[in-house]
Amino acid sequence: MTEAAATALAVAGMAAVTYATRAAGLFLVNRLRLAGRWEPFLQSIPGTVLVSILAPAVLAGGPAEWLAAAATVAASLRFRSLPLALAVGLAVVWVLRRIT
Amino acid sequence: MSRVSFDRAGLLRGARESWPIALGVFTYGLVFGVLARQAGLGAGGALSMSAFVFAGASQFVALDLWGPDLPFAGLFLTTLAVNLRHVLMGAALGPWFSRLTPLQAYGSLFFMNDESWALTLARCSREDGDVDGAYLLGSGLTVYAAWLASTALGHLAVAGLGDPARYSLDFAFTAVFLALLAGLRRGRQDILPWTLAALVAVLTARLMPGKWHILAGALAGSLAAAWLPRFGSVRD
Repeated sequence: MTEAAATALAVAGMAAVTYATRAAGLFLVNRLRLAGRWEPFLQSIPGTVLVSILAPAVLAGGPAEWLAAAATVAASLRFRSLPLALAVGLAVVWVLRRIT
Repeated sequence: MSRVSFDRAGLLRGARESWPIALGVFTYGLVFGVLARQAGLGAGGALSMSAFVFAGASQFVALDLWGPDLPFAGLFLTTLAVNLRHVLMGAALGPWFSRLTPLQAYGSLFFMNDESWALTLARCSREDGDVDGAYLLGSGLTVYAAWLASTALGHLAVAGLGDPARYSLDFAFTAVFLALLAGLRRGRQDILPWTLAALVAVLTARLMPGKWHILAGALAGSLAAAWLPRFGSVRD
């Protein structure tokens, strides 16, 4: 197989697999008519997915990242603005990394 | 029940409100472009991977496996494992997206990424009134454009960029997700699922490579939310 053909096959396969994962969730919910006990399950997914992304990432940081994380959450709760919370978090981590 | 529409206004709002997440994606796209070139993946290959796969984590893992003899089965299986979290994310959009036409729903889902999904969910659950399903598409297209542009730029301008950590931009993702999570908080009923999700995610991240910790943590937390007696008052 030429290099171009191998690359094309790899990209095509990865693309097919990835789109299948993107479509499968909605497809299953539509087909299975999940209800009752599954409703709290589905409603809690956004929060638990974000917590699962964040917990190892935050833990891997140091005091600068932890304080910046706290500042980001505080800014988000106080101002209810994503860009503002992002700016606060980036500014705090930038400053603290230069101090610590 | 609120109405679900799909129009230009939602598309534009999603695009407009996505610049903070596009910024974070852009820095990662630069890194991907640089690493793709180092791994021996040409500009055309890197761009087509970003265009057709459009899933950062699995693309980084693919670079790890890249070489003269590509292990196709391993590559596709790893891609599946890294992206399996999309299944849960898509399911969470069900209450709104099941009321769109198949073309609108499954077309938009191609552009679903972690950041746009979280932004869309935050918007859907905040609004008691009408929800615009095109918001995800607008946000996804913005992130898509940032991902393609930064892949190309990173691939062309290999040297001189350095580490995003130098500009503290590596913290952008964490900050965006933290801000979104703060907005999603529902009350005491979240304590148990979130704690369990955090514990399982941290443990899984220690034990397994890739992104398994997202799936494992989310499943543990959400199953607990569904099957264990809940604290406090439940609004519905």
